[in-house]
Amino acid sequence: MLSTTDHTADHIVCAEDLVFSHGERNILDGLSLTIARGTVTVIMGPSGCGKSTFLGLLGGRLQPASGALRFDGKPVPRTPGPDLFRMRRKMGMLFQNSALLTDLSVHDNVAFPIREQTSLPEELIRILVLMKLEMVGLRGARDMMPSQLSGGMMRRVALSRAIALDPVMIMYDEPFVGLDPVSMGVILRLIRSLNDALGLTSVVVTHDVSEGCSIADQVYLMDNGRIAGNGTAEEMLGSKDPWIRQFMQGHADGPVRYHHPAGDYLEEIRGG
Amino acid sequence: MARSAIIIRRATILKKFGAVRMEPIMKLGQWTIGFTCGLGGACVFLVVALRGAARSLLRPMLIVQQLYATGVLTMLIILVSGLFVGLVLGLQGYYQLVSFSAESSLGMVVALFLVRELGPVLSALLFAGRAGSALTAEIGLMKATEQLAAMEMMAVDPMERIIGPRLVAGIISMPLLAAMFSAVGVLGGYLVAHVQFGVDPGMFWSSIENGVDLIDDILNGVIKSLVFGFVVVWIALYEGHRSVPTSEGVSRATTRTVVASSLAVLGGDYMLTAIMFGGF
Ligand SMILES: Nc1ncnc2c1ncn2[C@@H]1O[C@H](COP(=O)(O)OP(=O)(O)OP(=O)(O)O)[C@@H](O)[C@H]1O
Ligand SMILES: [Mg+2]
Repeated sequence: MLSTTDHTADHIVCAEDLVFSHGERNILDGLSLTIARGTVTVIMGPSGCGKSTFLGLLGGRLQPASGALRFDGKPVPRTPGPDLFRMRRKMGMLFQNSALLTDLSVHDNVAFPIREQTSLPEELIRILVLMKLEMVGLRGARDMMPSQLSGGMMRRVALSRAIALDPVMIMYDEPFVGLDPVSMGVILRLIRSLNDALGLTSVVVTHDVSEGCSIADQVYLMDNGRIAGNGTAEEMLGSKDPWIRQFMQGHADGPVRYHHPAGDYLEEIRGG
Repeated sequence: MARSAIIIRRATILKKFGAVRMEPIMKLGQWTIGFTCGLGGACVFLVVALRGAARSLLRPMLIVQQLYATGVLTMLIILVSGLFVGLVLGLQGYYQLVSFSAESSLGMVVALFLVRELGPVLSALLFAGRAGSALTAEIGLMKATEQLAAMEMMAVDPMERIIGPRLVAGIISMPLLAAMFSAVGVLGGYLVAHVQFGVDPGMFWSSIENGVDLIDDILNGVIKSLVFGFVVVWIALYEGHRSVPTSEGVSRATTRTVVASSLAVLGGDYMLTAIMFGGF
């Protein structure tokens, strides 16, 4: 089912048998996947299955207990500081809650990575920032502070900040949560058009099936810290596998685990 | 993981000793382990933060911004408090000294109290309450809202960009604030002495000139406030950095900053005084 040990150059991310745990619980438990250059890859799975954790590993913020993870041909885990920072300059990341720097204006937020990583003159930075903001339609909001923005606007600002340094790959953590239908459509179109216009690779982590499928070149389904299925959106939607079918169609009954691991219900109620 | 090990150990101890009440001893043990772990973590943090601070020296604008936030914004409360402390010292000193007809030494008494003890200690306590708590809350919220993680993902080291400049600015501003506290305090003492009680101004100032030594008193006071500033900012930044990323976690961390740094300042003052003036 999976083409795991595929270290060819057209795969920008190769994860093999990743294990990651918090305390005794294995959050990721033998996760393997590959992400092809230039595609939009959507990773879907129930809430709490470890999607954000995977992005943490991919960005080098978390360390796996075992397994291999390569980005652009180089191993990520336990890379020393300067090399890791060099690697991160090729990544953009959109956090689940935007993570804008609250003491800086919209313009300065987008300018932040440019100012930190380059020594371009201020006039050039201003033009670059305006270009990035224009792409997300927020050139007019450049002087506002993050606290004056709505959630959808913040996400678009965070998106233009993530592409400020023209990364090779961009990671989106739950980009669709809490958006109205219009903003949702805007973000969806942005992800797709940025990917194609800038030649990026996009990794979208979400639990919104229909939105995820509408932009995906490739879909991975995650369950219990490992990959439960992969393929194109059509393949996934037409799958015969009971777990995949239930997740994709959102039925209440079936093999998808909804409860956090726990002891026996009756016993706990009786006070055993 | 450390916690579960402690719990397992507790269970085996309870089995061994059966009815004997071990709770207080175990509490003490747990507290000791927790304290030691905290101290170790704080030291590791300090090494990383100092490295960040050294690199942030190349970016003076960041430090200047923080000097404003931690130093300048704390000035008002320092000046007002210093004035009142000086007024009270003047009153109390005069009431005591006048019964020996020694009110001519009032200037020296006020100045020594301020320069040696009250200036560094009280301004450090105020600094902990005003600037330290703000630092902890700021760092804690940056962590809770993933701003620090976002910086790391933008290949920016938060230790260099955020923690370092704050550490440097705190260490610079504390002695300056303490000096202002003492200066305003002496002025307050003078107001009481001259305006209220009619002590001769010449006597007041010359007693200070004769009684206060540059090395023994002023330099030692400056060293104290340098140490206090360092300790307060260290605690504040560490507590913010390790805070649990929730609103409750940040509020707890802020409380811990004020409590721990106040205790550290008062305890540290005893030790420094013993070393500096006790002839060790
Ligand atoms: N600091 C932590 N300590 C212990 N467990 C944690 C910690 N952080 C996360 N977890 C656990 O890791 C699991 C995966 O978390 P993660 O944030 O990766 O989920 P997710 O797939 O992104 O979910 P969502 O879609 O809701 O964002 C969760 O079940 C959570 O309980
Ligand atoms: Mg998540």
